[in-house]
Amino acid sequence: MATGGSDARYAIELKGISKAFGPVQANKDIHIAVPKGTIHGIIGENGAGKSTLMSILYGFYRADSGEIYINGKLTPIPDSQSAIRAGIGMVFQHFKLVQNFTVLENVVLGAEEGALLAGSLSKARKVLTDLSREYELDVDPDAVIEDLSVGHQQRVEILKALYRQADILILDEPTGVLTPAEADHLFRILKGLRDQGKTVILITHKLREIMETTDNTSVMRRGTMVGTVKTADSSPEELAELMVGRKVLLEVEKNPPLLGKTVLKVEDLRVKDEHGVERLKGVSFEIRAGEILGIAGVAGNGQSELLEALGGIAPATGRITLNGADLPLAGKGADARARRGAGIAHVPEDRQALGLIMDFTAWENVAFGYHHAPEYQKNAVFMDNDALRADTERKMARFDVRPPIPTLAAKSFSGGNQQKIVVAREIERNPDLLLIGQPTRGVDIGAIEFIHKQIVALRDQGKAILLVSVELDEIRSLSDRIAVMFDGNIMGFRDPETADERDLGLLMAGIASDSKGEAA
Amino acid sequence: MERLPRWADVVLVPLVSLLLAALIAALVILAIGQDPWEAITVMVKGSVMDSYGWGYTLYYATSFMFTGLAVTVAFHASLFNIGGEGQAQLGGLGVALACLFIPWPHWTLALLGAATGAALFGAAWAAIPAYLQAKRGSHIVITTIMFNYIAAAVLIFLLVDVLRPDGQMDPATARFPEAAQLPTLNQIPGFNLIFTSNVPANVTLLIALGMAVVVWLLLWRTRLGYAIRAFGKSEAAAKYAGISPFAIIMIAMLISGGLAGMMAINNVMGEAERLLQNSASGAGFIGIAVALMGRNHPVGVVLAALLFGFLFQGGAELGLWTKIPIEMRTVVQGLVILFTGALDVMVRMLLTWGFNLFRGGRVAKGAA
Repeated sequence: MATGGSDARYAIELKGISKAFGPVQANKDIHIAVPKGTIHGIIGENGAGKSTLMSILYGFYRADSGEIYINGKLTPIPDSQSAIRAGIGMVFQHFKLVQNFTVLENVVLGAEEGALLAGSLSKARKVLTDLSREYELDVDPDAVIEDLSVGHQQRVEILKALYRQADILILDEPTGVLTPAEADHLFRILKGLRDQGKTVILITHKLREIMETTDNTSVMRRGTMVGTVKTADSSPEELAELMVGRKVLLEVEKNPPLLGKTVLKVEDLRVKDEHGVERLKGVSFEIRAGEILGIAGVAGNGQSELLEALGGIAPATGRITLNGADLPLAGKGADARARRGAGIAHVPEDRQALGLIMDFTAWENVAFGYHHAPEYQKNAVFMDNDALRADTERKMARFDVRPPIPTLAAKSFSGGNQQKIVVAREIERNPDLLLIGQPTRGVDIGAIEFIHKQIVALRDQGKAILLVSVELDEIRSLSDRIAVMFDGNIMGFRDPETADERDLGLLMAGIASDSKGEAA
Repeated sequence: MERLPRWADVVLVPLVSLLLAALIAALVILAIGQDPWEAITVMVKGSVMDSYGWGYTLYYATSFMFTGLAVTVAFHASLFNIGGEGQAQLGGLGVALACLFIPWPHWTLALLGAATGAALFGAAWAAIPAYLQAKRGSHIVITTIMFNYIAAAVLIFLLVDVLRPDGQMDPATARFPEAAQLPTLNQIPGFNLIFTSNVPANVTLLIALGMAVVVWLLLWRTRLGYAIRAFGKSEAAAKYAGISPFAIIMIAMLISGGLAGMMAINNVMGEAERLLQNSASGAGFIGIAVALMGRNHPVGVVLAALLFGFLFQGGAELGLWTKIPIEMRTVVQGLVILFTGALDVMVRMLLTWGFNLFRGGRVAKGAA
């Protein structure tokens, strides 16, 4: 544990930070020292207290006790203005940019000097040019935010912080929305910043990023700091064990697939959004019994629409055949209830917006989508809430949902346990086809392992599985076949055993490579 | 920020809101040179201290229960039905037609028929805004308000030009036949021990309480209620679960309109015994406040309806026995609505702050 004196060698030193939300101790006596000019990783499961700690550092919360030293000086941070004055810049997971402003306007916003903009803008333009040259942060200052790619928008966030003279840059899960190439570019920028003497704090749950970029890593578990290591002297296995508190299987164990007959056949499937823009532009594929087809791609390239069309949420055109029978694509017979009846279960990408009613209790959520199921009915009029609660208890036990209290509201569970509730509900229906989107987004490592095992177990029972994930590692380790989507099209199919990262990255960026993938 | 304990949220918040409303009302009474203590004495005396007062309080409360439940059902589908007033007036039309044109052998059958008529007409009046919302996305708040005005105009036309008996001067229907008149509480065995004199509260009170139970069962014990609540929390999630937004908007609004319409069996059939112009006399709007204050739960709605019944009757007594004008009743109602509805969040914030201060103090002492 790092407990030095208040030393000017450290850009940031936190001493004994504690923060409780009611009975929940989010941070417990945290000590951390970040040497100047380093990239410091903070890793931990969901709910480990990383975000709370950074929110305290950025002035969103006040610690119940403890001290913050910036460059060796005791610095109270009661609000984010003080954090900015102390030279701290934060890049949030969800960007805080004005969509119809230019890059320049966004950078200046909140840091204007004087009543007229012209002065600040021309000053900012000069600073921006210098910064771009120095750090590979090339962004057109006159581009409008909504026209920029996600990777570029993130660079604008970094520029905003640097323009405010940040010496310490905190990035919260910065790669969640990036392609592998964009992520690599981001890491080059971060290394450049470090080499210029800036200090970078990188919050992530991806072990690979920690290993590739950081100098030191602090691991948090359940509100406490369990250790700080020199990254080069550590290993992913060691860090994972520190995070979870036990040995973790990082690789998914699975046998070669036993393929059966074709379960799902999709032909020329097209989906338009509410503005009439085609988001899914005619995709075709098949999934056989006992097979996991993984859809790789950067978020927003039609994967969500594919899941929604198959799940009966969005109307589509084209043809979907399940076990040889055509499914209607629009109208009454095409809704989610009909799809469930046909044997399709759906774990949606966004469990909080779609998969669960956050204000409902766990047992009410177990009936969600299945509230017509005969086993949950007392008679023609009333539901059998007792049977439902008993069933929820059984599911919670089998899927190790914690705490196993059926009457607790869904919003009171952690992300991983919410996901287990959804996965339990859908998998236990024993579907012929499971649609599963971002199965482990925001889920901690222990639960990831569990959910992956459940998916593989269902496949080994001879079910067809369509897996959508923006985590390339997850796609590669679970899938029996990979399809890469870009701009509403499937760019190609690859074998996860032989596909190389570069090839997949190019496909994800919309560049078809010459090596022909085997068609479905 | 720490949340309030449940008991404080359910009991303390409305109570403090009420006290604040009463306090301001007292200041207003002082400002017009009257005695607030006298006012509260007269209000309590005239509304809950004898069976006569209770008879009126319960009569008003009965109407508010129906309209409050109507708002509650729609609210759980995340629909804000402001059209209770118009739906209740149309419900009155349903009652009048059922009572005037069908020769009922007994009041029980007449009640059944009139209740059906009231619910059907109220539901029909809610159906058009519901359809416009479900199909066209026209906002239900706007359309239901507009339908209140249309309802008033339709009823004036019908009462003046169609339903008014020859030779009658005022715009109203003929008096309902004897067999279609409901027993008031003083005519019901058992209740007549308490209510010795003639009171307007009638058998409809029992129906209102019954409907509160039905609404509770509907919302929390049936598939339909489950679907309504799920849709109300998240339309996107409801679609994921295969719940049809169109069906839920229509059904929830039909039930809501039906409940608002059923209010008419209390005032039109039970009290006036003929259909008058402006029969709902504001009860549709008070239903919104009742539902807000009752936290959109049938038990809360029943309690809030009783409170507003008390305010209504007590306010009327003010006009009768003091120099305080009867309009004061509107001021008090306005304050209660303001504090329990709009400023509810503020009161909760203050209480939360107070609670945290108290807790913080205890923790600090424990640590010292």
